[in-house]
Amino acid sequence: MTKFVDLHLCAPFRDVEKLRKMVTKSFELGYNLVGIPLPSNVEPDEVERLRKICSEADLDLVSRVDLTPKNTHELLNNLRRLRRKFEVVSVLCMSKPIARQAAKDRRVDLLSFPVAKPRNRFFDSAEAELASESSSSLEIDMTPLLSLEGFLRIRLISSLRREVAIAKSFRVPVVISSGATNDYLLRRPHDYSALAVLFNMDTSLALNTLSEIPLRIVERNRLKLIPDFVAPGLRVVRRRDP
Amino acid sequence: MIRRVKHRYLALKIENTESLEEVDVRDALWSALIRLFGEYGASQAGLFLVQYDRQRKEAVLRCSHKALPMVQASIASVTTIKDKPVAMHVLRVSGTLRALRKRGLKQFL
Repeated sequence: MTKFVDLHLCAPFRDVEKLRKMVTKSFELGYNLVGIPLPSNVEPDEVERLRKICSEADLDLVSRVDLTPKNTHELLNNLRRLRRKFEVVSVLCMSKPIARQAAKDRRVDLLSFPVAKPRNRFFDSAEAELASESSSSLEIDMTPLLSLEGFLRIRLISSLRREVAIAKSFRVPVVISSGATNDYLLRRPHDYSALAVLFNMDTSLALNTLSEIPLRIVERNRLKLIPDFVAPGLRVVRRRDP
Repeated sequence: MIRRVKHRYLALKIENTESLEEVDVRDALWSALIRLFGEYGASQAGLFLVQYDRQRKEAVLRCSHKALPMVQASIASVTTIKDKPVAMHVLRVSGTLRALRKRGLKQFL
């Protein structure tokens, strides 16, 4: 059975009731894994509490951090500090140097771009080439597509159409996630795949971006976070007794 | 020879805080379709609200099978009705009402 993943469920981290409601709703809509963005200074106890809430709703929690660095130096510092604390690292690219640095860094899993400013969406062919070499993915949040209206939505759909075409030609994986801040903005995976028609993505590919591609990212990173991991394809199987 | 138009039937679940009238649901669907695909696109959809159950907050829609992706996208894009938050989820898609009934919406239909 296909496992569906929503890597960007913007559930309020402190409001337990609302969080529980959104997590339960995600399960009802057919998701198996949810990624919840956490503050960078989150305590392990809090992550465990969150994991428990998700497991009560039969969901698997993916810990995720959203980085919004002001410059490349800050991005590198944050990646050094946080990469081994979270299962998924996403970077919101607010400037071209940050976008380029994030695309070529193998520690970055997801590249996302500001919705409100189409000029600040730096996903062009140069960015895609760097991203394909470092196996970063382009993240598309669907909530702005639902909440924006008129000219802003037209511009967003147009940008997404261009970006998806570039990603396809450079074989950059695309991840579709909800970005939902309340349960009314959550949709079923098949509804998202229908919405992906708006930016010329066919349904089967759209379903892949909601299942196989994010699942692959999570599995790859979980493997890396195991203490026995040495390098891709290499891990400690046994240690000599002291 | 004119080809027979094939239809698709969609079972919807509507999530909202207040109960809605049939006309509100129909208007919301049409305006979402027109907003996303324009009047030309909407004219090809053949959208028709077959049935609406106010208590169970469920509806059955009919559309042209060629316009199914358009209609599904429009349904997913509905976020408010009468300034209140709403979510519409497609439960099933079928070629006939009978098949829709067979697949588990017996009580409703």
